[in-house]
Amino acid sequence: MTTTPPPHTGAADRDSSVVEQRADLDPATTASAAAPSLATKDAHTGQRNTVLTRFWAQKQAKVGVIITAAVVLLAFLGPLFVPWATGYTTTEFVARPFQPDGIAGSDNLGRDVFTRFIGGGLTLLLYALLATLIGLILGVLFGMTAAYTGGWLDSLIMRSNDVLLAIPQLVFALLAITVLGPQGWVLVTVIGITHAPRIARVARSATLGVINEDYIRAAEMYAMPRLRLLTREIMPNITGPMAVEAGLRLTYSIGAIASLSFLGLGMQPPTADWGLMINENRIALSIQPWGVLLPVAAIALLTIGTNLIADSIARASATSNVGEQ
Amino acid sequence: MIARLILQRLAISIVILFAVSLIIFFATVLLPGDPARAILGQQATPERIAAINEQMNLNEPPLTRYFLWLGGLFVGDLGTSVATGQPVSQLLSDRVGSSVVLMVAAALISVPAGVILGIVSALRRGKAVDNTVTGLSLVLAALPEFVVGIALVAFFSTTVFTILPAVTMRPPGTQVWDFPSQLILPIAVLVLVVTPYIARMMRATMLEVLDSGYVEMARLKGVPERRVIFRHALPHAIGPVAQVIAIQLAWMAGGVVVVEFLFRFPGLGQALIDAVDYRDVQVVQAVTMIVALIYVIVNLLADIVGILTNPKLRTGGDA
Repeated sequence: MTTTPPPHTGAADRDSSVVEQRADLDPATTASAAAPSLATKDAHTGQRNTVLTRFWAQKQAKVGVIITAAVVLLAFLGPLFVPWATGYTTTEFVARPFQPDGIAGSDNLGRDVFTRFIGGGLTLLLYALLATLIGLILGVLFGMTAAYTGGWLDSLIMRSNDVLLAIPQLVFALLAITVLGPQGWVLVTVIGITHAPRIARVARSATLGVINEDYIRAAEMYAMPRLRLLTREIMPNITGPMAVEAGLRLTYSIGAIASLSFLGLGMQPPTADWGLMINENRIALSIQPWGVLLPVAAIALLTIGTNLIADSIARASATSNVGEQ
Repeated sequence: MIARLILQRLAISIVILFAVSLIIFFATVLLPGDPARAILGQQATPERIAAINEQMNLNEPPLTRYFLWLGGLFVGDLGTSVATGQPVSQLLSDRVGSSVVLMVAAALISVPAGVILGIVSALRRGKAVDNTVTGLSLVLAALPEFVVGIALVAFFSTTVFTILPAVTMRPPGTQVWDFPSQLILPIAVLVLVVTPYIARMMRATMLEVLDSGYVEMARLKGVPERRVIFRHALPHAIGPVAQVIAIQLAWMAGGVVVVEFLFRFPGLGQALIDAVDYRDVQVVQAVTMIVALIYVIVNLLADIVGILTNPKLRTGGDA
């Protein structure tokens, strides 16, 4: 999306809803002393008050961004340091299994845990991002179309949603893996597709919220083509809830893909991957915990970080986010 | 009015289940491979393959096979496992019980816990209790269940303390619930993963209700606060929360897969993982169908709770 969302297009309504939400939020964010003072300040002096400033005014947003950035940097830069900085490749045998050699010892086959750890986050992150993207594209497309078109198409899309929702995400993924095998594209596509109905619901209700605004009527009067109307008039005005969804779905994508690898049905050996490492090394949790604890900590920090960001966006853009798996 | 709404939800549930069965069956029909050869292995002679094909109706066209399969589901015939050659129903029968024990126990703990935490948090809005509940639930809600599980195992079974078993042992002839200490960690994981969502939803709904006109009205009339909360506010909050609780409980049917794998718990999820490993289609179909059934039933119950508790429907007026 190239255009930044015009934050106050729907003038009166939207502002008041933001203010209401604020009233609800302020006590909750008193911990970050910035929030209430900011609220009073811009009420009186008219200081800039956008989604971005409201986002950044929250302590949890800063924490979320910092820990997410740290793990993402580790995942992206880590593989560059292999093998010259750690001395080993991710699949090289360096010691007997589960020995305390080196920084973090050796794994179930005697490979260097630290090397595999810093080399093992990239695929997970890329797959999760791609899956989220697929889910967003499909979900936003179907959700907006359902809401804007209405009628039988709306019913058809939403009823199909209900059917897809009746199979839990992980079970759906396992069904797909049984049929198509544990390849990367299967994981990405199936996680993306299972996100779509959940995102479509949110996109639909967000679209219904803006569809009666005057600017939509105006665009219709100018006989703007439907596709253009959806992408240029409606889409920019539902970016708030969609940004929240993106954050939430990214959190769940990371969880789902890591879970599949942990089950031995995602990334396949001998790949270095955090989820798979936990599966391989968990039998020795009591004698060589690093092979499990490092990847577990990385996945935990990453998901907590992205969830904090999603929640902060929700508070900043005044959409309710209570989460729904 | 209420009866009609409930019947309508029931009809929708049945249609959804039917559509799910279509998806499950025709997704797996695409699968390449020859089940008869897989069952027989090296003993495969053309006659025996033909016999198995006949027995499993593999010579029929897909649509006929679908209806035979669907008909079998109604009478408890879930097909024959390709990996073991046993009937699927026999393979799954005692596993369903184990999984249901796990899920029901987790639900019995997490639903009241989530609801109470949510209410307390809403009533103490902005206080320390609220901040703790909100912050903690935000963190816990982010974590995949295996991360929570490994953390608990590391803490209670291996690295820090060694007070609880990390794997489930079930000698033949016994049931999982004969060894209660083995159930603690798996249930704890499910509870920790599910409760935050319920608490968050309960808090959000409760805040909304407490700010509403009728609660203000009740307070202005001088109704005691306890009565305001339990009589005026809570009934309005139960409906939406029941929906989220249903989604969470239904989600458990999927989450239990990971938990069972982690603790080697002999339930449905473990059976599903094994079946995916062996590409044992009949078992995968059956387990997926059972999970979808659990989901639909739980959702139906939530809808009924929502309809029954909605004060606006009490008078039979148009809602």
